[in-house]
Amino acid sequence: MPRLMINGQTREVEVDPDTPLLWVLRDSLGLTGTKYGCGIAQCGACTVHIDGVATRSCSVPVSAAEGTQITTIEGLPANGGLHPVQRAWIAHDVPQCGYCQSGMIMAVAALLKDKPQPTDAEIDAAVTNICRCGTYARIRAAIHTAAQA
Amino acid sequence: MTHMPQISRRFFLTTAAAASGGLALGFHLPQGVAAAGAAPGPAEVTAWVVIQPDDAVIIRVARSEMGQGITTSLPMLVAEELQCDWSKVRFEFPSPEENLRRKRAWGEMSTGGSRSVRTSQEYLRKAGAAAREMLIAAAAAQWGVPAAECQAANSIITHKASGRTLRYGEVAEAASKLPPPSEPKLKDPKDWTLLGTPQKRLDTLEKVTGKPIYGIDVRVPNMLYAAIVQCPVFGGTPKSYDETKIRGLKGVRQVVQLPNAVAVVADSWWQAKTAVDALPVTWDEGQSGKVSSTSIAEFLRAGLAAADAAVIRKDGDVDATLASAAKRIEAEYGAPFLSHATMEPQNCTAHVTPDKVEVWVSTQSGEAALAAAAAAAEVPPEKVVVHKTMLGGGFGRRGAVQDYVHQAVLVAKAVGHPVKLLWTREEDIRHDFYRPVAMAKFTAGLDTTGMPVGWRVRVTGPSILANLFPQRLTNGVDQSFANGFTDEMAYNVPNYEVGYAMRTTHVPVGFWRSVNHSQNGFFRESFIDEMAQAAGQDPYQYRRKLLSKDPVRLAVLDAAAQKAGWGNPTASGVSRGIALVEAYGSLCAQVAEVSVGGKGEVRVHRVVASLNTGHVVNPEILRAQTESAIVYGLSAALYGAITIENGRVQQGNFDDYEMLRLADMPVVETVLAPSGGFWGGGGEIGVPPLAPAVCNAIFAATGKRIRSLPLKGQDLKRV
Repeated sequence: MPRLMINGQTREVEVDPDTPLLWVLRDSLGLTGTKYGCGIAQCGACTVHIDGVATRSCSVPVSAAEGTQITTIEGLPANGGLHPVQRAWIAHDVPQCGYCQSGMIMAVAALLKDKPQPTDAEIDAAVTNICRCGTYARIRAAIHTAAQA
Repeated sequence: MTHMPQISRRFFLTTAAAASGGLALGFHLPQGVAAAGAAPGPAEVTAWVVIQPDDAVIIRVARSEMGQGITTSLPMLVAEELQCDWSKVRFEFPSPEENLRRKRAWGEMSTGGSRSVRTSQEYLRKAGAAAREMLIAAAAAQWGVPAAECQAANSIITHKASGRTLRYGEVAEAASKLPPPSEPKLKDPKDWTLLGTPQKRLDTLEKVTGKPIYGIDVRVPNMLYAAIVQCPVFGGTPKSYDETKIRGLKGVRQVVQLPNAVAVVADSWWQAKTAVDALPVTWDEGQSGKVSSTSIAEFLRAGLAAADAAVIRKDGDVDATLASAAKRIEAEYGAPFLSHATMEPQNCTAHVTPDKVEVWVSTQSGEAALAAAAAAAEVPPEKVVVHKTMLGGGFGRRGAVQDYVHQAVLVAKAVGHPVKLLWTREEDIRHDFYRPVAMAKFTAGLDTTGMPVGWRVRVTGPSILANLFPQRLTNGVDQSFANGFTDEMAYNVPNYEVGYAMRTTHVPVGFWRSVNHSQNGFFRESFIDEMAQAAGQDPYQYRRKLLSKDPVRLAVLDAAAQKAGWGNPTASGVSRGIALVEAYGSLCAQVAEVSVGGKGEVRVHRVVASLNTGHVVNPEILRAQTESAIVYGLSAALYGAITIENGRVQQGNFDDYEMLRLADMPVVETVLAPSGGFWGGGGEIGVPPLAPAVCNAIFAATGKRIRSLPLKGQDLKRV
């Protein structure tokens, strides 16, 4: 029975060890902020942090996540309610349908931890998630805003 | 609602008995409206406006939210006339069955065709005005003064003479008992204070914290999960499957055969998906197992010359003009099938009991979902409850066709449990209702000054209306296939003829953001550039000449060209292209700045869009919609193609059906040039001009005329 450390809490789940982490989060644990988009690590809607690294949870078997620190959108560290990335997202009115935004925000939060003042080229390389509503321009602007925060 | 405790209480709280009129209303409340049962409760002043004692204003939104921002823009229409404090406004979705029960008190719920604002703006503004007049009347009655002596602003009613005031929350219950005025007086647009201002969206906080519940997120007690495999060839059916191969797999409960598919039901979706992947299914592929994109292209090409075309528009004498024209040009264009690829794959949760059928679904049309559930369960519509959720994208996929609802209800009925049916991305891409494949052939005659005097247009391809709404055909003809060539054709050519040869394939077609404008905008605006080229003229100035007697369209064209600096030097290697499209009651011109590298690689650096939608409800949302439309159009122009081999779709996921990503996002500058005087749509108009603007820029850069999409795979090296 895999034992996971998710958002600072230990959770035991009764699933096959091959089950992708995404489905453990969503269906076993009810953490539905992390989304399914493609199942092949292409779109990034399922992005979470594993030991601080932005990771596409659809392609990580739950067994590989044991012994790591997993953070989802529900557990994104925040001072005073919202993470700086979330505040920048609000300032730029980024979301449209919103479906990809949890994954975007997790990818960007990890980027800013690594590179607090990313260049556009670094943003291009790090944020490869897909948004069908086309919020990319606002995402870029919001990343620069969050970097100033 | 008590049987679904796992769903966010904030999302599914109900006003139920708390409504002062005693109406038992079931509503989805995404904004955290106070719980039921407390007294005094919220008062339903009109069907659209509920006001709580603490002055919170809940405005009902009948349409679906799929990213386009209607949960902000539609409440703004009500709030402008209601004269309420905008900071106290929340929204909620009335349920489709409640709409049915209350004789469509909230009108049409279907969400598409860029209709939400333009077809509901009048009754929403009137709903706000009616509620305001009722609140004023209630306050005036309490004071014993004539209503005419009272004014309302910012959720406060003031009796000027005495200086007395009452808050909306204090008189809402009394107001709710008054008869609504038959002809509430609307403001003159020049007096608007909220409409036309860039208000923040009401759904952003939830969407940055992972809280909104989309269809895929719904959880109900005792719910099972279903994964599905549909016949890869459209029109085919399951012949047999070998259940023994998945017997004993952990969590697997049941295999359910559907008309065109087989579903596996399990304790978790991953178990169901693993099992359905392992289930051997033999298909009866029907008649279409040999169809390919090549055979479809041949079929359509024959349609370009066929005698059976319907003439949709005919002005003057095209034959004579073409025969005598100083110069003749001809070209053939093509566009592929396209999938919607909403980020949230299709899904639906259903529960069928002897008493009722309940579904939870991301749908652009709650009423169509209700009808689909009733039909699938073979029960009257009154027995169906539809819980609308947020949509992870729609773009036309989740509207007219509710195939996933139908399937989920059939599976839930067979299993006797609530079941969440979720398609994989591959099923989603391979079982869409696609933007039609299409071809066009143009013949134009130019006079000695290079201007068109005759133009023959022939379009061919499968008809969406014939597939989905045959009752909307006109004498058997789908006139909408020629959208953009008939009454939305901006340019005046004296001898002009448009013919459509319908060519139906086995691939289902449906409404894809901007529908037939998406291909026709590309065809028409590219060919206008060909005319300009043949005339030896600048493509912007050529369009200006064509529009010389049309100041409204000219203004939109000029706005984009001026903002882009048309005619000014560009950065090294960058070229410009321009296009103008009219659709959904709005006008949009775009200038694209594009470079083509030495190996033919295309880079779109900047797109300037100008729009005239008449009135603008929320300029920030309109800008966001324009950025969105440009990305949607650019993904399609660069990469989008659904191809067919052996009757089935070849693409399956984002690795072979690619999308624009952040690194390739151009700078988008939007110029809003609203003229007032009409209400145009904003969600789709930005899509059609993108491809021709980009392709016209590629021509300017390379001398290569792009006559088919997508650009991927084409040799774009400079000639």
